[in-house]
Amino acid sequence: MERTEAELIAAAVKGDAASFEPLVQKYSPRVFATARRYARLEREVEDIAQEVWVKAFQKLGSFRGEAPFEHWLMRLAVRTCYDFLRAHQRNRESAFSELSEPEDDWLERCAAAPDSVNEHADAAKQLVERVLAQMSPAGRLIITLLEIEDRSVKEIAQLTGWSGPLVKVRAFRARAEMRKILAHIAQDKYL
Amino acid sequence: MNLKPLQQKLLAAARAHPPSDRVPYAFEQRIRAHLAALPPVDLAALWSRALWRAAVPCVAITLLLATWSFAPSPVASTTEDLSQQFEQTLLAPADQLEASW
Repeated sequence: MERTEAELIAAAVKGDAASFEPLVQKYSPRVFATARRYARLEREVEDIAQEVWVKAFQKLGSFRGEAPFEHWLMRLAVRTCYDFLRAHQRNRESAFSELSEPEDDWLERCAAAPDSVNEHADAAKQLVERVLAQMSPAGRLIITLLEIEDRSVKEIAQLTGWSGPLVKVRAFRARAEMRKILAHIAQDKYL
Repeated sequence: MNLKPLQQKLLAAARAHPPSDRVPYAFEQRIRAHLAALPPVDLAALWSRALWRAAVPCVAITLLLATWSFAPSPVASTTEDLSQQFEQTLLAPADQLEASW
């Protein structure tokens, strides 16, 4: 007979790592998708996912079962990703001089006729990754959650542990930071 | 160059490319092995480490207070003690009453 999620969690709280395995299997795709939003190298993504699961196992006692396990786990995942960004903020890219040719082309076409460019292009994806990599940890987290994942301020506050007004202030600053980075690219390219 | 459309386009590009949710092969087994290899939490060790950490600032504060209490006060030698001043102020009406009798 298959055990319920609550039974698996109860067994894992008592230290049974085998009962934890089905939970890892079920929710790892979400954890990996979240980690891939913030880390580019696959090795870093795996490190983040592993850290999330180790923390989840160690802190499982604090899970009260009032909200779904997935919500609790995603809070842990987002906070682990934020810690990762803060720990690696010195490695942020500092120059746009090494833009690839397709990225350069896409940027030029966007500057000439913004409505005609295709946002599904790989060049656009690479360019946005570059811009996000330049942002501060809090700015990147907020832009990802608010603008890319389309989450509400309340959801972000729950995920990050920040207050609602703090989320709004950080969102305002993050948008300004992103525009500043884009202005820097524009200056490099067209001046 | 107008930055707002560029920003919107880049955010749309990020939305159009959701990250993969692929999990490496046997990842759950790797986590299980990792959890099994974790050392058990030794509460006594954690407690003693916290005590040792707290000992340093405690000693520093003790030394600071001892130095402060043994150091001669420049104010005490020149003026009267606060308790004496307080007593005099409090008993001033009584002194005046005695003088008038």
